[in-house]
Amino acid sequence: MPRWTWLPFALGLTFLVVPLAGMLARVPWAELPALLVSHEAVEALGLSLLTCVVATAVSLVLGVPLALAMSRMTGRTAVVVRTLVTIPMVLPPVVAGLALLSTLGRRGLVGQHLSAWGIEIGFTTVAVVCAQVFVAMPFLVIALEGALRADSGDYGTVAANLGASPTRVLWRVTLPMSMPALVSGAALTFARALGEFGATLTFAGSLAGTTRTLPLLVYLTREQDTDLALALALVLVLVALVVVAVSARFNRPVST
Amino acid sequence: MNHYVRRAAAVLLAATLIGAAACSAGEEAHPVVFAAASLTNPFADLAENAEVNVDYSFGGSNGLVDQLVGGAPADVFASANTATMDRAVEEGVTAGEPVRFATNLLVLVTPAGNPAGITGLDESLDGAKLVICAPEVPCGAATAALAETVGITLEPVSEESAVTDVLGKVTSGEADAGLVYATDAAGAGEDVETLEIPESSQHVNEYWIVAVKGGDADSASSFIELVTAAAGQELLADFGFGPA
Repeated sequence: MPRWTWLPFALGLTFLVVPLAGMLARVPWAELPALLVSHEAVEALGLSLLTCVVATAVSLVLGVPLALAMSRMTGRTAVVVRTLVTIPMVLPPVVAGLALLSTLGRRGLVGQHLSAWGIEIGFTTVAVVCAQVFVAMPFLVIALEGALRADSGDYGTVAANLGASPTRVLWRVTLPMSMPALVSGAALTFARALGEFGATLTFAGSLAGTTRTLPLLVYLTREQDTDLALALALVLVLVALVVVAVSARFNRPVST
Repeated sequence: MNHYVRRAAAVLLAATLIGAAACSAGEEAHPVVFAAASLTNPFADLAENAEVNVDYSFGGSNGLVDQLVGGAPADVFASANTATMDRAVEEGVTAGEPVRFATNLLVLVTPAGNPAGITGLDESLDGAKLVICAPEVPCGAATAALAETVGITLEPVSEESAVTDVLGKVTSGEADAGLVYATDAAGAGEDVETLEIPESSQHVNEYWIVAVKGGDADSASSFIELVTAAAGQELLADFGFGPA
């Protein structure tokens, strides 16, 4: 590495770290414990963790098979499917919300039929999970697909030759071998779901205990109580740190 | 290929020059106005009708005060409620007395056709999907006060951070009813049906305008005059605002 790269390195790192430091400097540390045990904070954190766990679970159930199938695709199909899967990941969140609203909303493409059956998703916790899965699942799929493609499949072939059924090969060989990607992908999914804001606001609404997750509460309290907003923001930063740390631990190359 | 690149570069250069010329032409004194987001359309028309150049920055009233306190350069500040104007005065960012220039009332809106058969702030709301502003924001505080006067306990399915989000939930048909300002209802046109609430007149939302300390006093006073003059007041009425 040429020596001059240290300068952009330092600038880049500063640019990323200083805003966090700025926020930490303004957090009202003395009142922090009292702010964080307030009823609405606990309620929002609980709702956030619950919905994120469910969203990550749903993403695993749907995303793993999706990644498996994608890793077997070649040529144009692979490109098209990967592009489609990536879109929600790069959409501005409010656009994701509008997309969900026009699909699952009361007058939406699918929602109007559900509504006729008496099923209405809008304004429920289910809507929050839908928004989270929509924007977060691609992180899992893309991470896992990359790992599966890198896997030569030799061990799987050997296992199959030794008489293992395809399902057994999947559970005992393929998935364990991509465990690092699976864990870090799931962690990223969880983190993205935790930060979900725009789609939730547009599609699910904001009601304490039902749809008001931590990011929505931060957005709302910022209007009136900056201290509480900063305290809640700190919680989000801490949870994100834990998730990234877990992900990094699993993603470390196996040392021999 | 090279030919196109050169042509593109020429177009870019020309655009830059025109842009620069336009900027320098606009450097004659024109007011910088920080105004509540709900004033976006009337204020834009106001400047256009009077054929004056105005630099607008629209946003939430509270956020605008934060920016002014942070030293943002502005000549005029227009707030969507009394409390925020009081805060601006307390923070010492204003010059002179604030002037009340418009009012706004809460109304009940339903999606076009009123599918849930809402008749007002009454039993017709039982079981209907009602969306209101959260009590933490000004429109929500007004909603809570109004509900108390009417003597009804509202059971919303969502408490939004912004009145525009309430309106969006109603125009999309996701909600059966929502409490928004008369100006929002007027702006939504035929997408909503508006039901007036008699008690609403006891909770009028007041709009205030004031010159900003450190700004250009002349351009500030000429803009404030524009807003408070008859033509300005008529224009505000067209957008659903009530008289000051």
